[in-house]
Amino acid sequence: MIRFENVGLRYGMGPEILRDISFHLPERSFQFLTGPSGAGKTTLLRLLFLSLKPTRGLISVFDKDRSRIGPTELPLIRRRIGIVFQDFRLLDHMTTYENVALPLRVRGRDEASYRGDVIELLKWVGLGERMHVLPPVLSGGEKQRAAIARALIEQPEILLADEPTGNVDPPLARRLLRLFIELNRLGTAVVIATHDLGLMDQVDARRMILSGGRLDIYD
Amino acid sequence: MIDLPAAEEAPRPLHPGISQVSKAHRKLAPIVPAQNIAGHALILVIAIMTFLSCLTLGAVTLVSDTAATWQTQIAREATIQIKPADDLDMEAALASAQSIASRFAGVRSASIVDRAATARLLEPWLGAGLNIDELPVPRLVIVTIDPTNPPDFAALRQALSAEVPRAALDDHRTWVDRLVAMARTTVTIGFSVLILMLSATVMTVVFATRGAMAGNGHIIEVLHFVGAEARFIAGEFRQHFLLTGMKGAAAGGLAAIIVFVGFSWWSSRNLATPEADQAAALFGNFAIGSAGYLGVALVVVVIGMLTAATSHLTVMSYLSDIDMRQHDA
Repeated sequence: MIRFENVGLRYGMGPEILRDISFHLPERSFQFLTGPSGAGKTTLLRLLFLSLKPTRGLISVFDKDRSRIGPTELPLIRRRIGIVFQDFRLLDHMTTYENVALPLRVRGRDEASYRGDVIELLKWVGLGERMHVLPPVLSGGEKQRAAIARALIEQPEILLADEPTGNVDPPLARRLLRLFIELNRLGTAVVIATHDLGLMDQVDARRMILSGGRLDIYD
Repeated sequence: MIDLPAAEEAPRPLHPGISQVSKAHRKLAPIVPAQNIAGHALILVIAIMTFLSCLTLGAVTLVSDTAATWQTQIAREATIQIKPADDLDMEAALASAQSIASRFAGVRSASIVDRAATARLLEPWLGAGLNIDELPVPRLVIVTIDPTNPPDFAALRQALSAEVPRAALDDHRTWVDRLVAMARTTVTIGFSVLILMLSATVMTVVFATRGAMAGNGHIIEVLHFVGAEARFIAGEFRQHFLLTGMKGAAAGGLAAIIVFVGFSWWSSRNLATPEADQAAALFGNFAIGSAGYLGVALVVVVIGMLTAATSHLTVMSYLSDIDMRQHDA
Protein backbone atom coordinates (compact mmCIF):
# COMPACT_ATOMS: atom_id res chain seq x y z
CA MET A 1 0.00 0.00 0.00
CA ILE A 2 2.77 2.45 1.00
CA ARG A 3 6.36 1.74 0.09
CA PHE A 4 9.56 3.65 1.01
CA GLU A 5 12.80 2.95 -0.83
CA ASN A 6 16.03 4.52 0.38
CA VAL A 7 14.22 7.62 1.54
CA GLY A 8 16.29 10.41 3.04
CA LEU A 9 15.20 13.77 4.41
CA ARG A 10 17.05 16.82 5.59
CA TYR A 11 15.74 20.21 6.66
CA GLY A 12 17.48 22.94 4.67
CA MET A 13 21.23 22.48 4.67
CA GLY A 14 21.23 20.56 7.96
CA PRO A 15 22.14 16.92 8.48
CA GLU A 16 19.83 14.15 7.30
CA ILE A 17 17.08 13.51 9.85
CA LEU A 18 16.09 10.30 8.11
CA ARG A 19 18.56 8.11 6.21
CA ASP A 20 18.00 5.24 3.81
CA ILE A 21 14.55 4.41 5.10
CA SER A 22 13.04 1.43 3.31
CA PHE A 23 9.88 -0.40 4.30
CA HIS A 24 6.52 -1.54 3.07
CA LEU A 25 3.19 -1.02 4.84
CA PRO A 26 0.85 -3.78 3.64
CA GLU A 27 -2.91 -3.48 3.70
CA ARG A 28 -4.62 -4.31 7.00
CA SER A 29 -1.28 -4.27 8.82
CA PHE A 30 -0.74 -2.97 12.37
CA GLN A 31 2.54 -1.47 13.49
CA PHE A 32 4.09 0.73 16.10
CA LEU A 33 6.58 3.39 15.09
CA THR A 34 8.86 4.11 18.00
CA GLY A 35 12.19 5.53 18.97
CA PRO A 36 13.59 8.16 21.33
CA SER A 37 12.27 11.71 21.31
CA GLY A 38 13.59 13.64 18.34
CA ALA A 39 14.34 10.49 16.37
CA GLY A 40 12.06 11.67 13.55
CA LYS A 41 8.80 9.80 14.24
CA THR A 42 6.63 12.80 13.46
CA THR A 43 8.71 13.58 10.38
CA LEU A 44 8.24 10.02 9.12
CA LEU A 45 4.49 10.28 9.75
CA ARG A 46 4.40 13.53 7.79
CA LEU A 47 6.18 11.82 4.92
CA LEU A 48 3.54 9.07 5.08
CA PHE A 49 0.80 11.72 5.10
CA LEU A 50 2.39 13.47 2.08
CA SER A 51 2.79 16.76 3.91
CA LEU A 52 6.55 16.60 3.38
CA LYS A 53 8.53 15.64 0.32
CA PRO A 54 11.64 13.49 0.73
CA THR A 55 15.04 14.90 -0.16
CA ARG A 56 15.89 11.64 -1.87
CA GLY A 57 14.55 8.16 -2.40
CA LEU A 58 11.24 6.89 -3.65
CA ILE A 59 7.87 6.88 -1.91
CA SER A 60 4.90 5.19 -3.51
CA VAL A 61 1.46 5.61 -2.03
CA PHE A 62 -1.42 3.47 -3.27
CA ASP A 63 0.81 2.49 -6.21
CA LYS A 64 1.46 6.13 -7.13
CA ASP A 65 4.87 7.76 -7.17
CA ARG A 66 4.85 10.57 -4.56
CA SER A 67 6.88 12.87 -6.79
CA ARG A 68 4.23 12.66 -9.51
CA ILE A 69 1.29 13.54 -7.29
CA GLY A 70 0.19 17.11 -8.07
CA PRO A 71 -1.51 19.55 -5.69
CA THR A 72 -4.96 18.82 -7.15
CA GLU A 73 -4.59 15.08 -6.61
CA LEU A 74 -3.21 15.43 -3.10
CA PRO A 75 -6.57 16.02 -1.31
CA LEU A 76 -8.05 12.95 -3.02
CA ILE A 77 -5.21 10.75 -1.75
CA ARG A 78 -5.30 12.30 1.73
CA ARG A 79 -8.93 11.21 2.02
CA ARG A 80 -7.68 7.62 1.95
CA ILE A 81 -5.26 8.33 4.81
CA GLY A 82 -6.54 9.21 8.28
CA ILE A 83 -4.25 11.12 10.61
CA VAL A 84 -4.46 11.89 14.32
CA PHE A 85 -2.19 14.78 15.19
CA GLN A 86 -0.34 14.91 18.48
CA ASP A 87 -1.98 18.30 19.17
CA PHE A 88 -5.40 17.09 17.90
CA ARG A 89 -5.97 20.12 15.66
CA LEU A 90 -9.67 20.40 16.37
CA LEU A 91 -11.40 23.61 15.33
CA ASP A 92 -12.52 25.42 18.47
CA HIS A 93 -15.53 27.13 16.91
CA MET A 94 -17.09 23.83 15.87
CA THR A 95 -18.73 21.22 18.09
CA THR A 96 -17.29 17.73 18.45
CA TYR A 97 -19.93 16.52 16.00
CA GLU A 98 -19.00 19.20 13.45
CA ASN A 99 -15.29 18.55 13.86
CA VAL A 100 -15.76 14.84 13.24
CA ALA A 101 -18.04 15.49 10.27
CA LEU A 102 -15.63 18.03 8.74
CA PRO A 103 -13.91 15.65 6.25
CA LEU A 104 -17.33 14.75 4.81
CA ARG A 105 -18.53 18.33 4.82
CA VAL A 106 -15.54 19.59 2.86
CA ARG A 107 -16.34 17.04 0.19
CA GLY A 108 -19.62 18.86 -0.29
CA ARG A 109 -21.80 16.09 1.14
CA ASP A 110 -25.23 16.92 2.47
CA GLU A 111 -25.44 16.72 6.24
CA ALA A 112 -28.46 14.42 6.13
CA SER A 113 -26.41 11.83 4.27
CA TYR A 114 -23.77 11.46 6.99
CA ARG A 115 -25.45 12.51 10.23
CA GLY A 116 -26.25 8.95 11.29
CA ASP A 117 -22.71 7.71 10.52
CA VAL A 118 -21.08 10.52 12.51
CA ILE A 119 -23.31 9.96 15.54
CA GLU A 120 -22.67 6.24 15.42
CA LEU A 121 -18.92 6.79 15.24
CA LEU A 122 -19.03 9.30 18.09
CA LYS A 123 -20.85 6.75 20.20
CA TRP A 124 -18.32 4.13 19.20
CA VAL A 125 -15.45 6.27 20.49
CA GLY A 126 -17.45 7.12 23.61
CA LEU A 127 -18.34 10.72 22.80
CA GLY A 128 -22.07 10.18 22.33
CA GLU A 129 -22.88 12.63 25.09
CA ARG A 130 -20.25 15.16 24.17
CA MET A 131 -21.08 15.66 20.52
CA HIS A 132 -22.47 19.18 20.92
CA VAL A 133 -19.68 20.42 23.13
CA LEU A 134 -16.97 22.74 21.85
CA PRO A 135 -13.39 21.39 22.00
CA PRO A 136 -12.14 23.86 24.65
CA VAL A 137 -14.50 22.17 27.12
CA LEU A 138 -13.34 18.63 26.28
CA SER A 139 -10.76 16.81 28.37
CA GLY A 140 -7.47 15.68 26.80
CA GLY A 141 -8.76 12.14 26.33
CA GLU A 142 -12.00 13.35 24.79
CA LYS A 143 -10.12 15.59 22.38
CA GLN A 144 -7.95 12.64 21.47
CA ARG A 145 -10.98 10.48 20.74
CA ALA A 146 -12.63 13.29 18.74
CA ALA A 147 -9.44 13.59 16.66
CA ILE A 148 -9.42 9.81 16.14
CA ALA A 149 -13.10 9.84 15.12
CA ARG A 150 -12.39 12.62 12.62
CA ALA A 151 -9.56 10.57 11.14
CA LEU A 152 -11.85 7.54 10.84
CA ILE A 153 -15.03 9.09 9.50
CA GLU A 154 -14.02 8.61 5.88
CA GLN A 155 -13.10 4.98 6.54
CA PRO A 156 -9.49 5.46 5.49
CA GLU A 157 -7.37 2.62 4.22
CA ILE A 158 -4.62 3.56 6.64
CA LEU A 159 -4.67 5.42 9.95
CA LEU A 160 -1.62 7.32 11.21
CA ALA A 161 -1.65 8.31 14.87
CA ASP A 162 1.02 10.52 16.42
CA GLU A 163 1.41 9.77 20.16
CA PRO A 164 -2.30 9.03 20.55
CA THR A 165 -1.89 8.05 24.17
CA GLY A 166 0.51 10.85 25.10
CA ASN A 167 -2.12 12.89 26.95
CA VAL A 168 -4.19 10.20 28.63
CA ASP A 169 -3.96 7.98 31.71
CA PRO A 170 -3.09 4.27 31.34
CA PRO A 171 -6.69 2.94 31.46
CA LEU A 172 -7.78 5.34 28.73
CA ALA A 173 -4.60 4.56 26.78
CA ARG A 174 -5.56 0.89 26.85
CA ARG A 175 -9.05 1.76 25.74
CA LEU A 176 -7.73 3.82 22.81
CA LEU A 177 -5.43 0.98 21.87
CA ARG A 178 -8.46 -1.33 21.85
CA LEU A 179 -10.12 1.10 19.51
CA PHE A 180 -7.20 0.98 17.08
CA ILE A 181 -7.09 -2.81 17.24
CA GLU A 182 -10.81 -3.02 16.57
CA LEU A 183 -10.38 -0.67 13.66
CA ASN A 184 -7.59 -2.83 12.31
CA ARG A 185 -9.82 -5.88 12.57
CA LEU A 186 -12.32 -4.05 10.41
CA GLY A 187 -9.63 -3.74 7.72
CA THR A 188 -7.75 -0.48 8.23
CA ALA A 189 -3.96 -0.50 8.34
CA VAL A 190 -2.71 1.30 11.47
CA VAL A 191 0.57 3.05 12.27
CA ILE A 192 0.91 4.29 15.85
CA ALA A 193 3.86 6.52 16.62
CA THR A 194 4.63 6.24 20.31
CA HIS A 195 7.46 5.95 22.79
CA ASP A 196 5.22 4.29 25.36
CA LEU A 197 6.81 0.85 25.85
CA GLY A 198 3.98 -0.23 28.15
CA LEU A 199 1.49 0.34 25.37
CA MET A 200 3.51 -1.62 22.85
CA ASP A 201 3.96 -4.51 25.22
CA GLN A 202 0.23 -5.03 25.33
CA VAL A 203 0.06 -6.06 21.70
CA ASP A 204 2.21 -8.37 19.69
CA ALA A 205 2.60 -6.16 16.64
CA ARG A 206 5.28 -5.16 14.18
CA ARG A 207 7.66 -2.54 15.60
CA MET A 208 9.44 0.03 13.47
CA ILE A 209 12.20 1.57 15.55
CA LEU A 210 13.78 4.84 14.47
CA SER A 211 17.19 5.62 15.88
CA GLY A 212 19.92 7.93 14.62
CA GLY A 213 17.92 8.58 11.47
CA ARG A 214 17.78 4.89 10.54
CA LEU A 215 14.88 2.50 10.74
CA ASP A 216 14.96 -1.06 12.08
CA ILE A 217 11.93 -3.25 11.74
CA TYR A 218 11.04 -6.10 14.09
CA ASP A 219 8.20 -8.24 12.81
CA MET B 1 -4.50 -8.17 11.06
CA ILE B 2 -3.89 -8.40 14.77
CA ASP B 3 -5.59 -10.35 17.53
CA LEU B 4 -7.24 -8.78 20.54
CA PRO B 5 -5.63 -9.41 23.90
CA ALA B 6 -8.03 -11.61 25.83
CA ALA B 7 -8.02 -9.50 28.99
CA GLU B 8 -9.43 -6.41 27.30
CA GLU B 9 -13.04 -5.62 26.63
CA ALA B 10 -14.21 -4.75 23.15
CA PRO B 11 -14.56 -0.98 22.66
CA ARG B 12 -17.91 0.46 23.47
CA PRO B 13 -19.28 3.88 24.23
CA LEU B 14 -18.03 5.40 27.46
CA HIS B 15 -21.35 7.15 27.99
CA PRO B 16 -23.89 4.95 26.27
CA GLY B 17 -27.60 5.42 26.14
CA ILE B 18 -28.62 8.98 25.44
CA SER B 19 -29.43 9.70 21.86
CA GLN B 20 -28.33 13.06 20.53
CA VAL B 21 -29.81 12.67 17.08
CA SER B 22 -32.37 15.43 17.48
CA LYS B 23 -29.73 17.96 18.50
CA ALA B 24 -27.68 17.16 15.43
CA HIS B 25 -30.33 18.87 13.28
CA ARG B 26 -29.06 22.25 14.43
CA LYS B 27 -27.57 24.53 11.83
CA LEU B 28 -23.91 23.72 11.26
CA ALA B 29 -21.33 26.23 12.42
CA PRO B 30 -19.74 28.12 9.52
CA ILE B 31 -16.39 26.75 8.38
CA VAL B 32 -14.84 30.19 8.76
CA PRO B 33 -15.78 31.39 12.26
CA ALA B 34 -18.01 34.40 12.74
CA GLN B 35 -16.42 37.74 13.45
CA ASN B 36 -13.65 38.01 16.00
CA ILE B 37 -11.93 41.21 17.07
CA ALA B 38 -9.77 41.30 13.94
CA GLY B 39 -12.93 40.87 11.85
CA HIS B 40 -14.69 43.76 13.56
CA ALA B 41 -11.60 45.93 13.14
CA LEU B 42 -11.55 45.02 9.45
CA ILE B 43 -15.18 46.10 9.01
CA LEU B 44 -14.45 49.38 10.78
CA VAL B 45 -11.33 50.09 8.71
CA ILE B 46 -13.17 49.29 5.48
CA ALA B 47 -16.11 51.48 6.52
CA ILE B 48 -13.85 54.45 7.29
CA MET B 49 -11.81 54.12 4.12
CA THR B 50 -14.92 53.68 1.98
CA PHE B 51 -16.49 56.74 3.61
CA LEU B 52 -13.42 58.86 2.83
CA SER B 53 -13.15 57.49 -0.72
CA CYS B 54 -16.83 58.15 -1.40
CA LEU B 55 -16.55 61.68 0.01
CA THR B 56 -13.59 62.33 -2.27
CA LEU B 57 -15.44 60.82 -5.22
CA GLY B 58 -18.51 62.94 -4.47
CA ALA B 59 -16.42 66.09 -4.10
CA VAL B 60 -14.66 65.42 -7.40
CA THR B 61 -18.02 64.79 -9.13
CA LEU B 62 -19.31 68.06 -7.67
CA VAL B 63 -16.29 70.08 -8.80
CA SER B 64 -16.28 68.44 -12.21
CA ASP B 65 -20.01 69.12 -12.74
CA THR B 66 -19.62 72.71 -11.57
CA ALA B 67 -16.61 73.23 -13.84
CA ALA B 68 -18.63 71.93 -16.80
CA THR B 69 -21.46 74.34 -15.92
CA TRP B 70 -19.09 77.33 -15.78
CA GLN B 71 -17.89 76.56 -19.28
CA THR B 72 -21.32 76.14 -20.85
CA GLN B 73 -22.85 79.19 -19.21
CA ILE B 74 -20.10 81.46 -20.39
CA ALA B 75 -19.98 79.93 -23.83
CA ARG B 76 -23.71 80.58 -24.33
CA GLU B 77 -23.17 84.26 -25.07
CA ALA B 78 -21.06 86.52 -27.22
CA THR B 79 -21.16 90.30 -27.52
CA ILE B 80 -20.87 92.62 -30.47
CA GLN B 81 -19.60 96.02 -29.43
CA ILE B 82 -19.97 99.00 -31.71
CA LYS B 83 -17.84 102.00 -30.91
CA PRO B 84 -19.31 105.40 -31.73
CA ALA B 85 -17.85 107.69 -34.42
CA ASP B 86 -18.85 111.06 -35.73
CA ASP B 87 -20.09 109.82 -39.05
CA LEU B 88 -21.67 106.63 -37.76
CA ASP B 89 -25.40 106.07 -37.62
CA MET B 90 -25.37 104.01 -34.46
CA GLU B 91 -28.91 102.66 -34.76
CA ALA B 92 -28.36 101.54 -38.36
CA ALA B 93 -25.05 99.94 -37.41
CA LEU B 94 -26.70 98.09 -34.52
CA ALA B 95 -29.51 96.82 -36.74
CA SER B 96 -27.02 95.76 -39.38
CA ALA B 97 -24.87 93.91 -36.85
CA GLN B 98 -27.96 92.26 -35.42
CA SER B 99 -29.11 91.04 -38.82
CA ILE B 100 -25.62 89.81 -39.76
CA ALA B 101 -25.35 87.84 -36.52
CA SER B 102 -28.85 86.39 -36.87
CA ARG B 103 -28.00 84.97 -40.25
CA PHE B 104 -25.30 82.72 -38.87
CA ALA B 105 -26.05 79.10 -38.03
CA GLY B 106 -25.55 78.41 -34.34
CA VAL B 107 -26.84 81.82 -33.28
CA ARG B 108 -30.10 81.48 -31.41
CA SER B 109 -30.85 85.15 -31.16
CA ALA B 110 -29.21 88.55 -31.35
CA SER B 111 -30.68 91.40 -29.35
CA ILE B 112 -29.69 95.04 -29.21
CA VAL B 113 -29.09 96.48 -25.76
CA ASP B 114 -31.30 99.57 -26.12
CA ARG B 115 -30.58 103.05 -24.83
CA ALA B 116 -32.42 102.59 -21.56
CA ALA B 117 -30.62 99.31 -20.83
CA THR B 118 -27.26 100.84 -21.73
CA ALA B 119 -27.97 103.76 -19.40
CA ARG B 120 -28.81 101.27 -16.64
CA LEU B 121 -25.55 99.46 -17.27
CA LEU B 122 -23.64 102.70 -16.84
CA GLU B 123 -25.68 103.95 -13.92
CA PRO B 124 -23.31 102.67 -11.24
CA TRP B 125 -20.50 104.76 -12.69
CA LEU B 126 -22.18 107.73 -14.24
CA GLY B 127 -25.28 108.11 -12.10
CA ALA B 128 -28.96 108.26 -12.97
CA GLY B 129 -30.55 110.54 -15.54
CA LEU B 130 -27.82 110.07 -18.08
CA ASN B 131 -28.54 111.20 -21.62
CA ILE B 132 -26.76 108.61 -23.62
CA ASP B 133 -26.63 110.70 -26.77
CA GLU B 134 -24.38 113.26 -25.06
CA LEU B 135 -21.57 110.79 -24.57
CA PRO B 136 -19.72 108.62 -27.03
CA VAL B 137 -20.84 105.37 -25.41
CA PRO B 138 -20.24 102.06 -27.17
CA ARG B 139 -23.41 100.04 -27.77
CA LEU B 140 -23.88 96.30 -27.52
CA VAL B 141 -25.62 93.49 -29.35
CA ILE B 142 -26.01 90.35 -27.23
CA VAL B 143 -25.66 87.21 -29.32
CA THR B 144 -27.09 84.04 -27.76
CA ILE B 145 -25.28 80.96 -28.97
CA ASP B 146 -26.27 77.34 -29.22
CA PRO B 147 -23.49 75.83 -27.06
CA THR B 148 -23.75 72.45 -28.75
CA ASN B 149 -23.34 73.97 -32.21
CA PRO B 150 -21.48 77.27 -31.90
CA PRO B 151 -21.23 79.60 -34.94
CA ASP B 152 -18.06 80.16 -36.90
CA PHE B 153 -16.76 83.15 -34.93
CA ALA B 154 -14.01 83.98 -37.44
CA ALA B 155 -16.52 84.18 -40.31
CA LEU B 156 -18.90 86.24 -38.17
CA ARG B 157 -16.10 88.60 -37.24
CA GLN B 158 -15.11 88.99 -40.90
CA ALA B 159 -18.69 89.63 -42.00
CA LEU B 160 -19.11 92.26 -39.29
CA SER B 161 -15.90 94.09 -40.08
CA ALA B 162 -16.86 94.19 -43.78
CA GLU B 163 -20.24 95.82 -43.15
CA VAL B 164 -19.84 97.58 -39.81
CA PRO B 165 -16.20 98.56 -39.48
CA ARG B 166 -16.67 99.93 -35.94
CA ALA B 167 -18.02 96.63 -34.68
CA ALA B 168 -15.93 94.23 -32.60
CA LEU B 169 -17.02 90.74 -31.73
CA ASP B 170 -16.14 89.49 -28.25
CA ASP B 171 -16.79 85.75 -28.00
CA HIS B 172 -15.52 85.72 -24.38
CA ARG B 173 -12.80 83.38 -25.57
CA THR B 174 -10.25 84.74 -23.11
CA TRP B 175 -12.61 84.26 -20.19
CA VAL B 176 -13.74 80.88 -21.37
CA ASP B 177 -10.17 79.76 -21.89
CA ARG B 178 -9.21 80.89 -18.41
CA LEU B 179 -12.20 79.24 -16.82
CA VAL B 180 -11.70 76.05 -18.81
CA ALA B 181 -8.06 75.96 -17.73
CA MET B 182 -9.05 76.57 -14.10
CA ALA B 183 -11.83 73.97 -14.25
CA ARG B 184 -9.52 71.41 -15.82
CA THR B 185 -6.84 72.05 -13.20
CA THR B 186 -9.41 71.72 -10.42
CA VAL B 187 -10.76 68.46 -11.85
CA THR B 188 -7.24 67.11 -12.44
CA ILE B 189 -6.29 67.89 -8.83
CA GLY B 190 -9.55 66.31 -7.69
CA PHE B 191 -8.91 63.13 -9.64
CA SER B 192 -5.32 62.98 -8.38
CA VAL B 193 -6.61 63.20 -4.81
CA LEU B 194 -9.22 60.53 -5.65
CA ILE B 195 -6.56 58.22 -7.09
CA LEU B 196 -4.39 58.70 -3.99
CA MET B 197 -7.38 58.07 -1.75
CA LEU B 198 -8.40 54.94 -3.65
CA SER B 199 -4.81 53.64 -3.61
CA ALA B 200 -4.64 54.19 0.15
CA THR B 201 -7.99 52.42 0.50
CA VAL B 202 -6.83 49.46 -1.59
CA MET B 203 -3.66 49.08 0.45
CA THR B 204 -5.42 49.50 3.78
CA VAL B 205 -8.09 46.97 2.83
CA VAL B 206 -5.50 44.49 1.57
CA PHE B 207 -3.37 44.72 4.71
CA ALA B 208 -6.33 44.72 7.09
CA THR B 209 -7.72 41.63 5.34
CA ARG B 210 -4.37 39.89 5.58
CA GLY B 211 -4.28 40.82 9.26
CA ALA B 212 -7.73 39.34 9.83
CA MET B 213 -6.69 36.24 7.88
CA ALA B 214 -3.58 35.72 9.99
CA GLY B 215 -5.62 34.22 12.82
CA ASN B 216 -7.16 31.67 10.45
CA GLY B 217 -4.00 29.81 9.48
CA HIS B 218 -4.84 26.81 11.64
CA ILE B 219 -8.28 26.51 10.00
CA ILE B 220 -6.77 26.48 6.52
CA GLU B 221 -4.29 23.85 7.68
CA VAL B 222 -6.91 21.58 9.26
CA LEU B 223 -9.18 21.85 6.21
CA HIS B 224 -6.21 21.04 4.02
CA PHE B 225 -5.27 17.99 6.07
CA VAL B 226 -8.80 16.58 6.19
CA GLY B 227 -8.72 16.49 2.41
CA ALA B 228 -10.46 19.74 1.43
CA GLU B 229 -9.56 20.90 -2.05
CA ALA B 230 -7.86 24.28 -2.40
CA ARG B 231 -10.79 25.80 -4.28
CA PHE B 232 -13.21 24.71 -1.52
CA ILE B 233 -11.08 26.34 1.19
CA ALA B 234 -10.52 29.48 -0.86
CA GLY B 235 -14.24 29.61 -1.67
CA GLU B 236 -15.24 29.50 1.99
CA PHE B 237 -12.88 32.32 2.92
CA ARG B 238 -13.75 34.35 -0.16
CA GLN B 239 -17.43 34.19 0.65
CA HIS B 240 -16.85 35.13 4.28
CA PHE B 241 -14.60 38.08 3.47
CA LEU B 242 -16.79 39.26 0.60
CA LEU B 243 -19.62 39.63 3.11
CA THR B 244 -17.32 41.30 5.65
CA GLY B 245 -15.99 43.72 3.02
CA MET B 246 -19.45 44.52 1.69
CA LYS B 247 -20.77 45.16 5.21
CA GLY B 248 -18.00 47.66 5.97
CA ALA B 249 -18.10 49.24 2.52
CA ALA B 250 -21.90 49.57 2.56
CA ALA B 251 -21.75 51.26 5.97
CA GLY B 252 -19.08 53.71 4.74
CA GLY B 253 -20.89 54.36 1.45
CA LEU B 254 -24.18 54.93 3.24
CA ALA B 255 -22.56 57.39 5.65
CA ALA B 256 -21.11 59.30 2.68
CA ILE B 257 -24.51 59.41 0.94
CA ILE B 258 -26.08 60.70 4.16
CA VAL B 259 -23.47 63.47 4.25
CA PHE B 260 -24.25 64.45 0.63
CA VAL B 261 -27.99 64.34 1.16
CA GLY B 262 -27.51 66.37 4.35
CA PHE B 263 -25.51 69.07 2.52
CA SER B 264 -28.00 69.12 -0.31
CA TRP B 265 -30.86 69.55 2.18
CA TRP B 266 -28.97 72.27 4.03
CA SER B 267 -28.25 74.22 0.87
CA SER B 268 -31.86 73.96 -0.34
CA ARG B 269 -33.16 75.11 3.08
CA ASN B 270 -30.83 78.07 3.21
CA LEU B 271 -31.47 79.40 -0.28
CA ALA B 272 -30.95 83.13 -0.53
CA THR B 273 -28.88 83.38 2.64
CA PRO B 274 -25.37 84.81 2.17
CA GLU B 275 -23.70 81.53 3.30
CA ALA B 276 -25.70 79.39 0.91
CA ASP B 277 -25.26 81.87 -1.93
CA GLN B 278 -21.53 81.71 -1.42
CA ALA B 279 -21.56 77.90 -1.38
CA ALA B 280 -23.91 77.76 -4.35
CA ALA B 281 -21.70 80.14 -6.31
CA LEU B 282 -18.85 77.68 -5.85
CA PHE B 283 -20.52 74.31 -5.93
CA GLY B 284 -23.93 74.74 -7.51
CA ASN B 285 -26.69 73.15 -5.43
CA PHE B 286 -24.48 70.56 -3.70
CA ALA B 287 -26.22 67.64 -5.39
CA ILE B 288 -23.77 64.95 -6.53
CA GLY B 289 -26.26 63.56 -9.08
CA SER B 290 -26.89 60.02 -10.21
CA ALA B 291 -23.29 59.59 -11.43
CA GLY B 292 -22.05 60.36 -7.91
CA TYR B 293 -24.42 57.83 -6.30
CA LEU B 294 -23.49 55.24 -8.93
CA GLY B 295 -19.83 55.92 -8.15
CA VAL B 296 -20.47 55.34 -4.45
CA ALA B 297 -22.22 52.03 -5.24
CA LEU B 298 -19.32 51.06 -7.47
CA VAL B 299 -16.77 51.83 -4.73
CA VAL B 300 -18.76 49.64 -2.30
CA VAL B 301 -18.84 46.71 -4.72
CA VAL B 302 -15.18 47.07 -5.69
CA ILE B 303 -14.05 47.17 -2.04
CA GLY B 304 -16.13 44.06 -1.25
CA MET B 305 -14.57 42.25 -4.19
CA LEU B 306 -11.11 43.46 -3.23
CA THR B 307 -11.50 42.03 0.28
CA ALA B 308 -12.68 38.72 -1.16
CA ALA B 309 -9.85 38.60 -3.69
CA THR B 310 -7.26 39.35 -1.00
CA SER B 311 -8.53 36.54 1.23
CA HIS B 312 -8.55 34.20 -1.79
CA LEU B 313 -4.94 35.00 -2.65
CA THR B 314 -3.89 34.70 1.01
CA VAL B 315 -5.47 31.22 1.25
CA MET B 316 -3.89 30.07 -2.00
CA SER B 317 -0.46 31.30 -0.98
CA TYR B 318 -0.84 29.70 2.47
CA LEU B 319 -1.81 26.39 0.88
CA SER B 320 1.02 26.55 -1.57
CA ASP B 321 3.36 27.22 1.38
CA ILE B 322 2.05 24.13 3.19
CA ASP B 323 2.64 21.93 0.17
CA MET B 324 5.90 23.53 -0.87
CA ARG B 325 7.61 23.54 2.51
CA GLN B 326 9.60 20.41 2.17
CA HIS B 327 12.78 20.82 4.07
CA ASP B 328 12.28 23.83 6.31
CA ALA B 329 9.21 22.82 8.28
